[in-house]
Amino acid sequence: MEDMNQSTKYAIETRGLNIFYGDFQAVKDISLQFERNRITAIIGPSGCGKSTVLRAFNRMNDFVPSAHATGEVLYHDQNIYDPSVDAVQLRRLIGMVFQKPNPFPKSIYDNVAWGAKMNGFRGNTDDLVEETLRQAALWDEVKDNLKKSALALSGGQQQRLCIARALAVRPEIILMDEPCSALDPIATLKIEDLMRELSQNYTIIIVTHNMQQAARASDYTSFFTMDTDRSGIMVEYNETSLIFTKPKDQRTEDYITGRFG
Amino acid sequence: MPRNTLNRQLNMVQDEILLLGSMVEQATLAAVGTLKSRNLREAKLVFEQDQIINEKRFAIENAILILMATQQPMARDLRTLAALLEVNTELERIGDYAKGIAKVTLRMGGAEVNLPMMEIDQMAELAVGMLHRALSAFIEENANVALAIPKEDDLIDALFNTAYSKILHEMVANPATIDSVNLALWVIHNLERMADRVSNICERTVFIATGELFEMDGMDEEDLNV
Repeated sequence: MEDMNQSTKYAIETRGLNIFYGDFQAVKDISLQFERNRITAIIGPSGCGKSTVLRAFNRMNDFVPSAHATGEVLYHDQNIYDPSVDAVQLRRLIGMVFQKPNPFPKSIYDNVAWGAKMNGFRGNTDDLVEETLRQAALWDEVKDNLKKSALALSGGQQQRLCIARALAVRPEIILMDEPCSALDPIATLKIEDLMRELSQNYTIIIVTHNMQQAARASDYTSFFTMDTDRSGIMVEYNETSLIFTKPKDQRTEDYITGRFG
Repeated sequence: MPRNTLNRQLNMVQDEILLLGSMVEQATLAAVGTLKSRNLREAKLVFEQDQIINEKRFAIENAILILMATQQPMARDLRTLAALLEVNTELERIGDYAKGIAKVTLRMGGAEVNLPMMEIDQMAELAVGMLHRALSAFIEENANVALAIPKEDDLIDALFNTAYSKILHEMVANPATIDSVNLALWVIHNLERMADRVSNICERTVFIATGELFEMDGMDEEDLNV
């Protein structure tokens, strides 16, 4: 999959994506295109299916026994739900950062090096660790304590370490599911600056409850809401600057101005 | 220090404001130049190019609104953006004054009139100089410099009074040209108002630095100049 050319316009794209948990349809008919090397935010009220859609992008929903999807998620011109796709390999190329920082109970160094080694990394591990920690804007803070336990870091540092861990396996897309909801405002802004830096080399898709964060940090925003049957639907997608100054759909306007529900 | 995006975009807006400022300065000097040269083609150009100034003003306003909506500026950042919005409008209005002066040239056409060009030239130079320094102080957020600039308005007012007397005198002496000479009142009024708007820009600089909103000394439009 990784050998395929980069000529496709979008990093990843969904076409008529439906996701079900058993009989319940969690999201309905989602068609979205994600620009390469840009940050796209998915916002919307609780239960609108935004995390469900995010987890579809690297088939994390496979871990939920009742979950199944119809429609397409196109990555390098291939539907990732095609039986021939190796989900493990897919998750290497489409990494994920979670809500709560979840470093391994190991050293800072091992947190970064481990995933890469597991993926057959043969180069100089010291160099990889340094380069990756620099990319994650963490190197200067930890370079003298690489053997220290990752759990001794602050929440914001742990989250940047998790981002470093995701970067160490050289992904193309980074999915972020509420990456700052457990962090204080300053740590949050540091992550947002880091996202901006990383977007030069990676495509970032972020799900957030915090629409101010989507406004600050993203290039494109997609607003999801719940349909009358409680399925998640995509209401509007546009440049972030337009979504937050002149949204087209009244439902978007109501949500971003706090007049929702 | 976090907030790279806000800082970068704020700097971009400030650069655009400086650019708009220099467009307005040039338009003012060019407009007064046409009054002297009676180059109607040039006057028409200055008149028409106000459209470019107006478009830039809207583009800047849009960029500021996007920044406010997306970056949640607070405290000094918020004051800076609010002040930029205000200064943006002031600059556009100064552009209108320049356009108005170019319009006077077009109206006068080739009529031979005796204008107080020395005072008009000096007023324009002083006003443009004040504007230039006021914008620098604004971008540098230098309240001390900003506080001093409006005091120079006295010079402009003095020139206004002299020019006003000369124009009245000319009207009485040469009633045949009264239609054209009358237009010169418009010119000196515009230049005098321009300096007042420079004072408004200086007020905004102090606002950014201190958070205080107040009116600096200087004439308001409603005050009498005679």
